[in-house]
Amino acid sequence: MLRGLWKLTWLEIKIFMREPLGVIGTVGLPVFIFVVFGRVLGSPLRRASPGVPRVLSADLPILASFVITTSTVLSLVAIIAIYREGGILRRLRATPLRPYTILTAHVLAKLLFTAVTLAATLLAGRRYYSLDAGVPLVSFALALLFTTVCLLSLGFLIASIVPTARFAQPIGTLFLYPMLGVSGLFVPVASLPPVLQAVAHALPLTYAVSLLRGIWHGDGWSAHIGDVAALTVMFLLFTAVSAKVFRWE
Amino acid sequence: MTECPAGTTVTPQPVIHAAAIRKTYGRTVAVDEVSFDVQPGEIFGLIGPNGAGKTTTMECVGGLRVPDRGLISVLGLDPRRDVYALQERIGVQLQEAQLQKRIKVREAVGLWASLYRKPVDGDRLIEQLGLGDKRNAWFMTLSGGQKQRLFIALALINDPELVFLDELTTGLDPQARRAIWELVRGIRQRGKTVFLTTHLMEEAERLCDRVAIIDHGRLVDIGTPAELVRRHCPERTVIMVCEDAAAGERFRAIPQVQSVTIEGLQLTIRGVGSDLVTHVIQCVAEHRMRVNDFRTELPTLEDVFLKLTGHMIRD
Repeated sequence: MLRGLWKLTWLEIKIFMREPLGVIGTVGLPVFIFVVFGRVLGSPLRRASPGVPRVLSADLPILASFVITTSTVLSLVAIIAIYREGGILRRLRATPLRPYTILTAHVLAKLLFTAVTLAATLLAGRRYYSLDAGVPLVSFALALLFTTVCLLSLGFLIASIVPTARFAQPIGTLFLYPMLGVSGLFVPVASLPPVLQAVAHALPLTYAVSLLRGIWHGDGWSAHIGDVAALTVMFLLFTAVSAKVFRWE
Repeated sequence: MTECPAGTTVTPQPVIHAAAIRKTYGRTVAVDEVSFDVQPGEIFGLIGPNGAGKTTTMECVGGLRVPDRGLISVLGLDPRRDVYALQERIGVQLQEAQLQKRIKVREAVGLWASLYRKPVDGDRLIEQLGLGDKRNAWFMTLSGGQKQRLFIALALINDPELVFLDELTTGLDPQARRAIWELVRGIRQRGKTVFLTTHLMEEAERLCDRVAIIDHGRLVDIGTPAELVRRHCPERTVIMVCEDAAAGERFRAIPQVQSVTIEGLQLTIRGVGSDLVTHVIQCVAEHRMRVNDFRTELPTLEDVFLKLTGHMIRD
């Protein structure tokens, strides 16, 4: 039953907007990074000249997407930890609100901010990064939202495990950034040492990078069934485990 | 209980029936074989020091925790199995709960109202609890007393039959505390039952119709505050200032008097039994003593607690 879901989602969005630093960090930072890279590198970006690493030329939108997703996941981890520590979760739980309604409201609010950030980034980056090359924007947006949902389930898992709000952010960062390192975004997975390759294949970000990059460069979804399947399986796994170990107080 | 023979009094079905509930956390026994009934329309207090098991007991009764053993029935429902049905009919204020820092009073009440089938008018409730001018204030800007009043509003939003209040006035200044007591009495006047916990004996004494004393997870005794005082602390003390030189001797002659201490003109008379004061007054009248000051000291729940548990409640 979803009684209260929309009201709670709307409230969480409003409450989030009232905290200027949070909004700047979540929405402003990715846009800023995108624009700065665009400005500094200028036109070489578009031409993918040999002097510019691939991650800053062809993959800049993918990098920006991950900055968005990562900050979304981290802010979810932080908010759950703060709500738990402050006894807010405890209080909400003593109402007819179902636990999954509370969590869904947060995920919906975060997804909305992800979509807004994505749109803002694309608008701001228009001048430096041409979108005319037949980029499937709708497909890409869908792929990004799908990826974000999967990664949010990982965020829940982290939020279920971290003891206090003080640890939430550092532990979240500790999980996410190394994952980004071996995800294939900076260095192709195939050129990693075998051990790291195995690690990469066990992590959701690797599949997320492959999916987003493929969709951005014009692949069909059918070419990435494997990525979608892997992300779905991980989503289900993370959700199931965090539902088991989640602590309300 | 639809039929009852004429001429017999029917004990109303208790609102809460708890029988031999037990809850352990690892090796710690938080609640040990606790049993009590709460009757409709009363303010029932669970009293004891911090860590005595009050909150755990309340959370078991409210369906927020599952006891290891024992039977609990609340409004005829099983708090574990029927937790969602029960939540429609009870209101809860939890110890040390918080809301989102930047949620407005009006928004919190509106959210809560949307969660129940038959909510009362939220705006009126905000007015009734004296939060009218804080309607648009963020939760983080409210004072301790205002936060507690908001939590009471949230506990009353569904017009509950039974209200749980856990350590309602902890951390409030005396003035705010008194204001909250008035609100709780108001809840009883509306015909609702109140089940509260407190470690403040004064609060229990002034507010509760009946109390259960709990210490180290065990229920020590249960009754009205006056009953408990009478049962466990029958001592009475009369203190008076009297110029009569023979006063000490005369009071010592009263059978209920155990001791008389004299300091200058002040006499402290200690004895047992509720009619001690009457006897002292009769003695004063009989001998036409001139009394300049006269007061009595009655034991309080604090004394009862000390006597029953061997330690002070706040340590």
